Amino acid sequence: MDYFMEQVINGLQLGLVYALIALGYTMVYGIVKLINFAHGDVFMVGAFIGYFGFSSWGLPWPLAILVSALCCACLGMLIERIAYRPLRYATRIVALISAIGVSFFLEYFCSLKFMFGPNYRVVQRPFDEVYWSIGGVTISNIQVLIFCTAVCMLVGLQYLVMRTKMGAAMRTVSFDHDTARLMGVNVDRTISFTFGIGAALAAVGGVLYAIAYPQIWTFMGIMPGLKAFTAAVLGGIGLIPGAMLGALIMGQAEVMTAAFISSQLRDAIAFSILILVLLVRPCGILGKTQPEKV
Amino acid sequence: MLTVRNISVYYGAINAVQDISFEVKEGEVVTLIGANGAGKSTSLRTISSLIKAKSGEITFEDKNITTLKPHQIVAMGLIHVPEGRKIIGSFTVRDNLKMGAFLRKDKAGILESMEEVFTRFPRLKEREKQLGGTLSGGEQQMLAIGRGLMAKPRLLLLDEPSMGLSPILTEEIFEIIRTINQKGTTILLVEQNAYMALQVAHRAYVLETGRVVMSGDSNVLKDDKRIRAAYLGEIA
Repeated sequence: MDYFMEQVINGLQLGLVYALIALGYTMVYGIVKLINFAHGDVFMVGAFIGYFGFSSWGLPWPLAILVSALCCACLGMLIERIAYRPLRYATRIVALISAIGVSFFLEYFCSLKFMFGPNYRVVQRPFDEVYWSIGGVTISNIQVLIFCTAVCMLVGLQYLVMRTKMGAAMRTVSFDHDTARLMGVNVDRTISFTFGIGAALAAVGGVLYAIAYPQIWTFMGIMPGLKAFTAAVLGGIGLIPGAMLGALIMGQAEVMTAAFISSQLRDAIAFSILILVLLVRPCGILGKTQPEKV
Repeated sequence: MLTVRNISVYYGAINAVQDISFEVKEGEVVTLIGANGAGKSTSLRTISSLIKAKSGEITFEDKNITTLKPHQIVAMGLIHVPEGRKIIGSFTVRDNLKMGAFLRKDKAGILESMEEVFTRFPRLKEREKQLGGTLSGGEQQMLAIGRGLMAKPRLLLLDEPSMGLSPILTEEIFEIIRTINQKGTTILLVEQNAYMALQVAHRAYVLETGRVVMSGDSNVLKDDKRIRAAYLGEIA
């Protein structure tokens, strides 16, 4: 039973990191109907900047997270400006191909020697891992950190989207670009902002991931990126609560598979879920199939 | 107040609007009438800068607005209520209205405008907390106009407000348009329902395949033989 509870906590830890990535996918999809396949690589860049922050530049780790989030927000906005905005009203497949191009670019450019280099790096954690035993269940300070940070970010995002003017603008743009324009919303700026926020969340996820699973390299974003994308689809792409729900389910499914069936099957299970969702309920758990209104 | 001078608009290779000119004076209701595809909506979308004109010039209150962005035009008080109402289905009636006042910063003034809208449309007040998507067509049209009014328009562009409404609701909407105008808002109205549009408008422009083919006082046009034959369903 304790073993099971520990796995639940491990699953929660992984799920929350996925949630931070999945939110970026889902927000961007909601607002421009684009699957931003470069998002997993922004997560990777976030992990590296955070790592450099607290190991090479000597920043205190919370500041390293913040710096990483800011840098990645700029990176996200830059990607949108260069690779997506010129294609905004082109066929969707065109922007998708551009996204895949950006993804490869980031992976291989960052692998160059003068960037992050092609090798694995071991992350020296900025603090020691401490374990606590609560009623027989062991949890670590890293898990607590991930839990607190992720929950704060998620609550903050929910507040931003549902309660602020920028959030109202984002939701209106997501409904229809022209309608938003006629309300006086600066659509380009709103989209840019959305990319920035999504990238910042992924960066935070990246740094936390690097602290929790302390080994990073330039292709580390692919798998978590794909799984977070699956999570977003599972919950209902375009829906923020859906991304959170999907990510938590993905985290549990993966960890439970590894713990009770076989750790080699964890990725297979994750993508089986994707295929299953697409076959059975393509709109996702919380998604509604919307009838066309004439 | 608004002058449109020789604008031409293309969708790809298709010339939707060819060298159109018209003007709206302060305090007027002006209507653009014509059949489907005559270029009426395109003209409105060009004024609010959702589409760019290939040539020509648009001035609003003596300022050239041809190259401005849509949100800059909204900030000047030129408000466009789009065709098909475009009510945000997942927003409540109240939030839809609030969205109409997006660029306004005077919180007290916004609440005041909201009260005015609710007085004008008591049905919206009843449905204040309901989601926009659950309203009927007529209620959505009221909400769309109400949302436009929330921006404190100097000039209101209305695109097909009677579309899909019953004759009774259509009458109601046109009555509302008249009172909005009487309270001092200038209106440019696009309509397929030429009969109703000519009732409420001071002046009209008749569009055919992207050109202005006739214009003048509504009362005169109403009695014109060609207009009666083409748009008012009379046998010439």
